Amino acid sequence: MLTQSQAANVFQRLKKHSTADEIEVLFYGGRSALTRFANNTIHQNVAEENVGISVRTAFDGRTARASTNKIDDEGLRRVVQASENLARVQHSDPDLLAMAGPSDNRQSAGRPSRHFEQTASITPKERAEGVERIVSIAEKNKLTTAGIFATSETFEGIFNTRGLSDWHTQTSSEISVTMLGGDSSGWQKANAPNVDQLDPISLSQVAAEKALRSNHPREIPAGKFTVILEPAAVLDIVGFMFFDYGGLAILDQRSFLNGRVGKKLFGQNINIWDDVAHPLQSGCPFDGEGVGRKKIQLVENGVVRRLVYARATAAKMKASEHGASVGHIEATGHGFPVPNEMGEAPMNIVFAVDGKTNTIEEMIGSTERGILVTRFWYIREVDPYEKIMTGMTRDGTFLVENGKMSDGLLNFRFNESLVHMLSNVEAMSTPVRSSGEESFDMVVPAMKVREFNFTEVTKF
Amino acid sequence: MKQILSWALDTAAMRGASYADARVADDRSRALATKNGKIGSASDSESLGIGIRVIADGAWGFAAADDLSRAGVEATAAKAVDIAKASARVKRQAVRLVPEKAAIADWTTPIRIDPFSTSIEQNLELLFKIDAELCGVAGVTLAETNLNFRKEESWFVSTEGADIHQTKYTTGVGYAAHAFAGNEIQKRSYPNSYGGQWQNKGYELIEELRLLENARRVGEEAVALLKADQGPEGVFDIILDGSQLGLQIHESVGHPIELDRVLGMEANFAGTSFLTLDKLRTLRYGSDLVNIVADARQEHGPGLGTFAYDEEGVAAQCTPIVSNGLFTGYLSSRETAHTIGQNRSGGTLRAENWNRLPIIRMTNISIQPGDKPLTPEQLIAATDHGIYMETNRSWSIDDKRYNFQFGTEIGWEIKNGKRTRMLKNPSYSGITTEFWNSMDAICSQDSWVLWGTPHCGKGQPQQVMGTGHGASPARFRKVKVGSAYRGT
Repeated sequence: MLTQSQAANVFQRLKKHSTADEIEVLFYGGRSALTRFANNTIHQNVAEENVGISVRTAFDGRTARASTNKIDDEGLRRVVQASENLARVQHSDPDLLAMAGPSDNRQSAGRPSRHFEQTASITPKERAEGVERIVSIAEKNKLTTAGIFATSETFEGIFNTRGLSDWHTQTSSEISVTMLGGDSSGWQKANAPNVDQLDPISLSQVAAEKALRSNHPREIPAGKFTVILEPAAVLDIVGFMFFDYGGLAILDQRSFLNGRVGKKLFGQNINIWDDVAHPLQSGCPFDGEGVGRKKIQLVENGVVRRLVYARATAAKMKASEHGASVGHIEATGHGFPVPNEMGEAPMNIVFAVDGKTNTIEEMIGSTERGILVTRFWYIREVDPYEKIMTGMTRDGTFLVENGKMSDGLLNFRFNESLVHMLSNVEAMSTPVRSSGEESFDMVVPAMKVREFNFTEVTKF
Repeated sequence: MKQILSWALDTAAMRGASYADARVADDRSRALATKNGKIGSASDSESLGIGIRVIADGAWGFAAADDLSRAGVEATAAKAVDIAKASARVKRQAVRLVPEKAAIADWTTPIRIDPFSTSIEQNLELLFKIDAELCGVAGVTLAETNLNFRKEESWFVSTEGADIHQTKYTTGVGYAAHAFAGNEIQKRSYPNSYGGQWQNKGYELIEELRLLENARRVGEEAVALLKADQGPEGVFDIILDGSQLGLQIHESVGHPIELDRVLGMEANFAGTSFLTLDKLRTLRYGSDLVNIVADARQEHGPGLGTFAYDEEGVAAQCTPIVSNGLFTGYLSSRETAHTIGQNRSGGTLRAENWNRLPIIRMTNISIQPGDKPLTPEQLIAATDHGIYMETNRSWSIDDKRYNFQFGTEIGWEIKNGKRTRMLKNPSYSGITTEFWNSMDAICSQDSWVLWGTPHCGKGQPQQVMGTGHGASPARFRKVKVGSAYRGT
């Protein structure tokens, strides 16, 4: 894998090809592998290795980016030339900032190590052995299983001509398991930098139990129900709102938070942070310009307190009509590589639960009639300002009656406003690192939510 | 390239592979975008690498790398074989491929103007002119434009003797106007939402789309939607414009006919399919008017699913999917074709790039236009009461592809054969086969367009693929409308 010193050497070689006022180079890549199984068989098994660079040049208010994985001298010359050709023909933008300097790179918290040798060195045989254990649980329960066992070792780095440089390496491991019965299914997924923290047997057993318990699912009419959302269901649906927490989304007037920052939007019990240094989080501690990511409280007791900002967005926001009404404005280290249309977003979400937490079992025990949701699927935005989302339940939807989990149910379609949902949270579990399929990994609790809006039922 | 590819095949065979194929891909793309009169993004990208797929001990292995040195390629090939041998630890039966005559071919997308030969200044000037038109409409709060070019050159060889060189060009362009006021955000896009229209064409696509001519109307419609009536809830006859019908085909026909989904191979992520094998040639998928094909051939048109050979060397084909309403075909590969009694693959194995394993993907899944001349205006004139819906805004469907819900950017009420008041936030929902059986009219060839869906996600690790969907406006009777906003 490319090292920081090798990258520094590439940067030195690359600079010789450029006539730009400023140059920034992002490095990315690494090794990844994914063992995929279905029908109790490994049917796809892949590995990849790649090194990419992305070069930004800037000339007097003009900037553009070019990327390549060809890092020989000819490749470097071509990528610099491509970036400069795109930049030179633009009109000068007086709002374009000089590139970030070393002082922008300071981080407010320490950097937890997210690189684990046992993850980096895992072999195809070891992943296959993990799959064997999953398949054996499926066969023992007369079920069919499908899923993945994936690992990776990756790097992200940045160098620019103002002297900023930074480097981040991490490992990642992930297991996702679906267990299929004749007319039912169950699912579990986990992700961690350290593969030793993944337990394929436990995940498989829970998925199998869900498949077995939900067989011969009942149909009940759609309507408003109290729901108990497992953490993966919570993260997949709430993930759709966090791109609206960037300052540029407010300036563009495409955010559901326009006119709502500083106001109480959710229930008193909702507290949300963005914190890359949280022990259950993962990811790079600097943003697309090399600015160190700060810990930001986005929501405090239901009130939207802060937004996140790239450097340019912070400058624009201070000068805008919105500047006085969006709370504290500063570059927070959440910007995407420049130039881009989206600006920034918080990607290391941590829900904080103050006061009493409840286990999922306790939530079930306190529910007279409701529905337990393992997972949502195919979530899309219906209304951008009320943040109405639609989607389906999947892989383990259960009726809860008189404090007990009872029958499996045919899956529902929902149409639910996130504003409404996060105003109706009656109970939460201790937040955990969770992984879904529709959004990025987060630290989230399970939630008990009243009046969740199911609008249709499907056929399985 | 032949030398590089031979290193891969030789090493795989020497290490014990019973079959191997190797694919070098050299990918180049450009993305330009503006937002409210400024550059949104300006980027070029290149990527070169090799993907090596092998069968060893009766199981699959795949490895990919950007290192094309002899040592690098041989190490990647050896890794693919090691992975296959690990796969064999958990297998029920050996992989079996239906036969395919090894092809030797060279093919390039027929284009008139190489998009990379056009001037960047000229491209940006067009985008800024459109942007200015959109921003010139009072009430437009956000204007966005985009222009995208891609050239994919690939070299494919196999241990069976295939040797195929292909070069594909793709062009995409579009824009959108947003209007925010009070507690509402409305949007109109052209020629389609989520990036506009995409085809396997050169720069000539840009010249054909009358982009600038439509910009003011699109901006005005975005603003007008703020004051339009809410789309109603109930059961209505609906007419879908071609672009929305294209996405309807994508979600409720294109995905469920993927044979890997049907066989459970995507069960953990993309899901399975209601189209179990017993439904082939027995299920009435739609009304007699519904004729749908999967056609990757050049004569179908410049769709994002057009090519000469798929990524395991099988020639592009046309497969009847729904014939006069009867379900007649799946999308298949060399590994899966035998499960439906076929002795040849349907030629639909595709990969996003050199670093991805090819999997079954849609090609161009298109509904055939009506035989009798029928324009959209005539179709509206023949409708007593209904809703005309245009341009997708949201889409969702369950993991077996039964229950769907779509929203469109704009609608108009049809009364007594006339398009009347504008409606905002229209949506409709239903069950796939019930919906297609309710289709009672489809416009003819004159209004048939081969739409591009550039960002279809599938597989683990996920791959993004472009697919084509030819469609003309069509009418569906007694459809559930408006439940997206019910109870919210």
